[in-house]
Amino acid sequence: MAVEFDGGVVIGADSRTTTGAYIANRVTDKLTFIHDHIFCCRSGSAADTQAIADVVNYQLSFHSIELDEPPLVQTAANLFKELCYRYREDLTAGIIVAGWDKRKGGQVYTVPMGGMIVRQSFSIGGSGSTYIYGYVDSSYKPGMTKEECLEFTANAISLAMERDGSSGGVIRLAAITEAGVERKVILGSELPRFTVS
Amino acid sequence: MDDLLESDWTTEEVSTGTTIIAAVFDGGVVIGSDSRVSAGQAVVNRVLNKVCRLHDKIYCSISGSAADAQAVVDIVDYQMELHGIQMGQPPLVQAAATIVKDICYKYKEELVAHLLVAGWDHKYGGQVYGTLGGMMIKQQFALGGSGSTYIYGFADSAFKPGMTKEECLKFTKCALALAMNRDGSSGGVIYLVTITSKGAEETVITAKDIPSFYED
Repeated sequence: MAVEFDGGVVIGADSRTTTGAYIANRVTDKLTFIHDHIFCCRSGSAADTQAIADVVNYQLSFHSIELDEPPLVQTAANLFKELCYRYREDLTAGIIVAGWDKRKGGQVYTVPMGGMIVRQSFSIGGSGSTYIYGYVDSSYKPGMTKEECLEFTANAISLAMERDGSSGGVIRLAAITEAGVERKVILGSELPRFTVS
Repeated sequence: MDDLLESDWTTEEVSTGTTIIAAVFDGGVVIGSDSRVSAGQAVVNRVLNKVCRLHDKIYCSISGSAADAQAVVDIVDYQMELHGIQMGQPPLVQAAATIVKDICYKYKEELVAHLLVAGWDHKYGGQVYGTLGGMMIKQQFALGGSGSTYIYGFADSAFKPGMTKEECLKFTKCALALAMNRDGSSGGVIYLVTITSKGAEETVITAKDIPSFYED
């Protein structure tokens, strides 16, 4: 998931990759570097999303060199959209693009399966996201600070991991601002806990 | 226009794709549902009360195929009335849940209906039972229906054991409102029934009184 705040974005993801019932990687990093201030959260087929992210990474770094300035988040998101829409029949990829640029500050764009693109104040995706729509709808407030966004994201992902068999492991978080990228990991023992009988 | 004339709603099975919830509070239970009944893409009833009475202080809420659910409720309603008369005292919630479970398990291949049973009795107080798939499981709160997937996270974070009646009503109202916002098969109004030692109190929450949340 990804959340905008005034001055940047917070992105977060779980760390489980499964092949059927087997957890192939329990410490996956689903937060992928696209550019200095632009990351993406990948969901769906690991192969598809890695391939797409590689292509966009290349296209964007080329574009940035041509422009001689940092690329816009909207540009990165549209590059994802072009690929995801053109090859929509062959791909299984749900991607959230988030980052900071000088023109519009922190932005979150979601490119779900099918290849549409829309900017949102926050976005959730992946199999576990269905379980937390209610939670994020009720807990999100516009104008949160970076720390509040980090807590909101960690809580939401923790709740999803609790209910979705395909989600689990650790929570990887990153805060992207003008200053750069600040990464954090929340281990299993430190996960936010919600006592239910 | 063609759509209206040759729609699938005339041939699609009627389903209460729905959101149902029941939760225990200190002194009783609250059981609630949305009110939408769909046949394919059409909404054929927007005000159906899916919280059905099984006995004075035992209610159930239904989801899945409307026909299957109504058939089960009819049978259980009859058997509970008989049981109550035979015992000479108000029946236990466990009894109702067991009858529902027995029917749902015996006919699990044929039936596509999920019932949540909740109520109050003199022996164990407020209880909630889930009977999904033909099992019977006592829970502090239970969710059901297509809309329930969207509110597991909310329910896990917001539910507290030992709530007051007002807190529990707020919890169920908010949970249903959130699910109705996200699930296409849930909507309409909110029906709630609060069951305590004093009896059952039915309420309807419509339009403006339904809690609203941040919309982007």
